Amino acid sequence: MKALIRPILNWLDERFGTGSVEEFLRHKTVPIHRHTVWYYFGGMTLFLFIVQVLTGILLLLYYRPTPEDAYESVQYIVTQVRFGWLIRSVHSWSANLMVLTAFIHMFSVYFLKAYRKPRELTWISGMFLLFVVMGFGFSGYLLPWNTLAFFATKVGTEMAGAVPFAGKWMLTFLRGGEEVTGATLTRFFGFHVAVLPGLATVLLAMHLLLVQQLGMSVPPSVERATAEGRQPPRVMPFFPNFLLRDIIGWYAALGVLGALAAIFPWELGAKADPFAAAPAGIRPEWYFLFMFQTLKLLPAKILFLEGELAGLAGFSLAGAVWVAVPFLDYRAGFGRVTRFFTGLGIFALGFIVVMSALALR
Amino acid sequence: MRQLLKFSLVILPLLLLAPSVALPAPGKDSCIACHAELEGKQSEPAKKFDTDVHHQAGLSCSDCHGGDPGDESMNAMSRARGFRGAPTKLQTPEFCARCHSDIAYMHRFNPKMRADQLSQYLTSVHGKRLKQGDTKVAACVDCHSVHDILPASDTRSPVHPTNVTSTCGRCHADAAHMKGYNIPTDQVEKYRKSVHAELLASGDTSAPTCSTCHGNHGATPPGVSSVANICGTCHVFFAQLFEKSPHQAVFAKMGLPGCVQCHSNHEIVKPSDDWVGTGSSAVCTGCHSAGDKGYVAAQKMAGDLAKVKTFLGRAEEILGTAERSGMEVSSPKVELTTAHEALIKARVNVHSFNDVEVQKQTDQGVEISQKAYQAGVAALAERDVRRKGLGVSLIFIVLAISGLYWKIRQIESGSQM
Repeated sequence: MKALIRPILNWLDERFGTGSVEEFLRHKTVPIHRHTVWYYFGGMTLFLFIVQVLTGILLLLYYRPTPEDAYESVQYIVTQVRFGWLIRSVHSWSANLMVLTAFIHMFSVYFLKAYRKPRELTWISGMFLLFVVMGFGFSGYLLPWNTLAFFATKVGTEMAGAVPFAGKWMLTFLRGGEEVTGATLTRFFGFHVAVLPGLATVLLAMHLLLVQQLGMSVPPSVERATAEGRQPPRVMPFFPNFLLRDIIGWYAALGVLGALAAIFPWELGAKADPFAAAPAGIRPEWYFLFMFQTLKLLPAKILFLEGELAGLAGFSLAGAVWVAVPFLDYRAGFGRVTRFFTGLGIFALGFIVVMSALALR
Repeated sequence: MRQLLKFSLVILPLLLLAPSVALPAPGKDSCIACHAELEGKQSEPAKKFDTDVHHQAGLSCSDCHGGDPGDESMNAMSRARGFRGAPTKLQTPEFCARCHSDIAYMHRFNPKMRADQLSQYLTSVHGKRLKQGDTKVAACVDCHSVHDILPASDTRSPVHPTNVTSTCGRCHADAAHMKGYNIPTDQVEKYRKSVHAELLASGDTSAPTCSTCHGNHGATPPGVSSVANICGTCHVFFAQLFEKSPHQAVFAKMGLPGCVQCHSNHEIVKPSDDWVGTGSSAVCTGCHSAGDKGYVAAQKMAGDLAKVKTFLGRAEEILGTAERSGMEVSSPKVELTTAHEALIKARVNVHSFNDVEVQKQTDQGVEISQKAYQAGVAALAERDVRRKGLGVSLIFIVLAISGLYWKIRQIESGSQM
């Protein structure tokens, strides 16, 4: 086998200089410690993103982004197109699993302080990737043009309208007019298949480049133990040891996706009727529930601000703080763990879990 | 002398003006003013009249009762001032009709107002009996009240659709009052169990009440021959089918009252498919017996209705199972609504009492149901294929994972990490 591959690699090296990549991979290592398991969630998120791209391209072959055809085209995909049901269900389930693994990856990086110097930009690019992923979810939700998606988008875009000064403009920009109409669908389709993929490609390239450049971060506790000689430094080669483990995870994810698609095919629901009354129990996708529930629980007035507006301002501020964490927790870069930031992370995680659970009650 | 002159100039004109000050102010009605001061029954008209539709239209007591409302003395009620007084029960219809039969006058208040109430009333059983001197029967005020008459559109009016049954029932459900008329007094009780009353209670004021079928001013029991016409004013298709059916001529000949024969009159409950056929609940067996042509047709119609319902139920069940399994079956579900429509049409066609006509619809319903059922079968088969495919895929995935795991063990067994 090696005798067959070697001439091909040599041929490529002569033309593209791929020998340096091969050399890099040969020497790339991954630290081994009790937190190594968290390293796999980044790769898992990437795998699910690739699944999204591939299934999304296949869906594009039949999907038509107009209010007259969108629902019918998805219905056609799941009933008439060979394996269309599988592609559509895998796309929807994979999207949700990707958001889940992205959140797990983000929180594991946060708690292991992997954002600390010199990985500030890795964290920031990762945070923006998370926002892009949520944008993918929000824009993709409307595309089947079913009742739930239609009204959830209406509620979701209304929130943007509550922002002072720019709110009206943002609402019109998102909806392509005053109301959620065919113009919104076309616009969301554009965001979903052109704008967001473009942004994601740039951010992902930057994120992966930084990860390769800087290597895997070792948690401060492990670093200390190694420095104090309590724990010998242990690593495994990235290729093939870590990659093979990664592939095991991807295979498992593929199995889970297949099982979910076959046993719980993603529902299509009823076609959206803009003139119908909003059905009871309208709520956004699960990863927006914590924000939705918080805004619901807030009083109508907080000091001089409207409750909803104060909530949105709070979330924007929290998001900005979260992005800036590597700079705010600069002491972590010197190996000092600040309890405040660990507590903040536990609070944020608890808040998201509790609020989501309350919304699901 | 000058003082006397001053006195004459100031006081005398005041004295002259004094009587006019004591008179009612312009627009003030002496009828209301005086009757409001009286005790008991005499004061009632004045107290109630404020809400009366006539008062709202700018009319006063004198417009009906005559007299002079400008005169506060008892002379106001003199014959010389045109006072007519209160009418007797026998006089009431004509008393009200002075205005209500004058179309030109009535149109001054409402251009859509009818003026045929009296002529209708005189054709009614109530009107005819009153003419014969029976004062127990209903005249205008018995239904519309008096001095606090409200438009029929007012929910407080005794003739508003929601109150009509109680208003008629005040006499017709009172066995003591109805004694001697030789008609039942359970109509209201029966009506309240009917599908019509249920509809009215749900807020549909177009649902039939007593007056919808019996008329209001021309209230009369519908004759045997006209029952189908009355029901047919709302149930048009049923009446048309009945008219063309073999039952029409036979019922007329036998003196049977059309629709009422099967559906009853006041206690019209929601019909059931069991009414058709020859079972214990069937109404057909009231006239038809084993072996006759109608009996066979009834059996056939009941069988066809049962068949389409069985096929529909089967299709609904399998599509429901497929849907709960996550399969997309909205198209066959939409098609199945056509089968439901065919069943409804078949039920309507029962009123043609023609089993061939009924079968046309039930066959259509069965055909659509079968297609929907097949779509359900296909959806469940597809579900099973998916699950089997999943099983096979999972086996390959587990094999691949095992292979990778073995490979990692093999690589790492020789190296020390």
